[in-house]
Amino acid sequence: MGALSTLLAPQQQSSADTGTSQQVTQGKGLFAVQCASCHGLNGEGQVTSTIQGPPLAGVGAASVEFQVGTGRMPLSKSEVQAPVHAVRFSESEIAALAAYVATLGPGPAIPNPSQYDTAGVSQEDVARGGELFRTNCSACHNYEGGGGALPGGKYAPSLKGTSNVHIYEAMVTGPQQMPVFNDDVLRPEDKKAIIAYLNDLHSRPNQGGLDLGGLGPVSEGLWAWIVGIGGLVIFAVWIASKGVKAK
Amino acid sequence: MTDLERSASAGDGHTDLDVAHPESQYPVADPGHPEHLPRLTDVDEKAADRATRQVATMFGIVPVLAIGFAVAYFALPRTMYIDFGFLHVNLQHVLLGTTAGLALLLIGIGAVQWARQLMDDHEMVDYRHSATSDAADREYVVRELQKGTEESKITRRKVLGRSLIGALAAMGIPLIVSFADLGPWPTKKRRAATIETTIWHEGVRLVNDITYVPIKASDLEIGQLVNGQPENLKELEGTEFQQARAKSSIIVVRMDPRTIRVPASRQDWQVGGILCYSKICTHVGCPISLWEQQTHHLLCPCHQSTFDLGNSGLVIFGPAARSLPQLPITTDAEGYLVARSGFTVPVGPSYFERDSRHDFKEGDN
Repeated sequence: MGALSTLLAPQQQSSADTGTSQQVTQGKGLFAVQCASCHGLNGEGQVTSTIQGPPLAGVGAASVEFQVGTGRMPLSKSEVQAPVHAVRFSESEIAALAAYVATLGPGPAIPNPSQYDTAGVSQEDVARGGELFRTNCSACHNYEGGGGALPGGKYAPSLKGTSNVHIYEAMVTGPQQMPVFNDDVLRPEDKKAIIAYLNDLHSRPNQGGLDLGGLGPVSEGLWAWIVGIGGLVIFAVWIASKGVKAK
Repeated sequence: MTDLERSASAGDGHTDLDVAHPESQYPVADPGHPEHLPRLTDVDEKAADRATRQVATMFGIVPVLAIGFAVAYFALPRTMYIDFGFLHVNLQHVLLGTTAGLALLLIGIGAVQWARQLMDDHEMVDYRHSATSDAADREYVVRELQKGTEESKITRRKVLGRSLIGALAAMGIPLIVSFADLGPWPTKKRRAATIETTIWHEGVRLVNDITYVPIKASDLEIGQLVNGQPENLKELEGTEFQQARAKSSIIVVRMDPRTIRVPASRQDWQVGGILCYSKICTHVGCPISLWEQQTHHLLCPCHQSTFDLGNSGLVIFGPAARSLPQLPITTDAEGYLVARSGFTVPVGPSYFERDSRHDFKEGDN
């Protein structure tokens, strides 16, 4: 993932910082075909018709890169939350869409690779990132970023395997139920520390065998009650049962 | 004579003792055991041989597994990993667990199968006897005790016994005195100075937790959440710091003012849809920051209490009984968020003496 983002980064940067008019035109064309049925022809949104989509003015290029780049958009059907799908567009198409949506209103730009590249982050910063993660993120995403449940069938996704740039974009744009953590309040160096902490955490070898998704009491309880105690009950029934009698 | 009667009177040495609960005590007669039927392995020698082979095979695999454990321990490199689908696990750990676990399981299953199929399965009765010692033993103990008392001279020199009782009773004083550390007694005055107050007061800046970066009202976007602390928390250390932090933690959220309800009495507690609440759940005091920015609901991960931050922190679900305390805020000359005052009600979980008349309730304005 890290290698992928480094590889793709220059392209994203150019699209975010200096979106050319040609790119915007390409993006507008793509938008009309792929996005307009829900978000409206000019991204004005549809909130009254049967097919609904939020207005996109001001969501920024980062939001588009996150939603489309993780395969959450386009949404195939209306759900409580957009699930992750296979990405349907090429990198240049996503860049074009992002460049077009960025013209609808000022919003967060796609972050610069220097903001999320965690190479050379010190151990102190990794530890500080852990503190920040546990304070700001763990309520929903779990202590090791394993994800967790929200009310009404919604969920905070697992952060394992999420690329640096997408974690950064999620923080600045606040997709779906996630609150916004913009750069003025949670500074870029804080965000970098959080990303470095997650990368450090998730690259550690798992010596404990099955971590059951790192979800803590939920998965451990499920395992203990159903598999553990269930197995013991079956054994107890077998031990106490009367075997085959001769008559 | 049936098997049961035989086993009951088999001369185990206790049959002549009193039975603790004679059968006559029960209103319903003991139906007794069902008729004893022989098992397949009791009548068919081949079935018994088969069961023997099963048990012996299970026991026979155990040494193989035990040797496998030793081989896995010494022969495998400790850094070898294996992937089962989405699981990425250390091969040595998996093999150590599987061999030792399976070996123990086979010993257990073999033993149970042995007991079920091959061991004698005649039902036995062993009556519960009275636990009293016999008369001679009791007499002996009483005699020995009396002899001991006599020899200790305590009956003749009574002051020995009395001073000993006095000494032991006096040892209760240190015990009782150390209970004072459970206190101090939570008088009204003491409560007001401790659990009913926080370090928030007028003019204290709201800062980010951990980084202490002050929060500018103009920097917050709609849908933004900040886990915050009072700026003066930075001055504290150690126990004082932890105690202050446990009460002063806040969450600051910005919502679209058109989508929330702000009662008339709290119009000046907020800055353009920026509201500040205590982070401590009013149920049993867990820190909460699971906030859904679209529904404005704040969910406590411990017991699922849900508070509506778009409606003065009222409880909409779960075991919490009181709305989340709101901190009145405004901006200072430089545009940073500051407290207008401390919390107007005690933060955190309920306790017996808490005056809950001033908490925000449904329908207040």
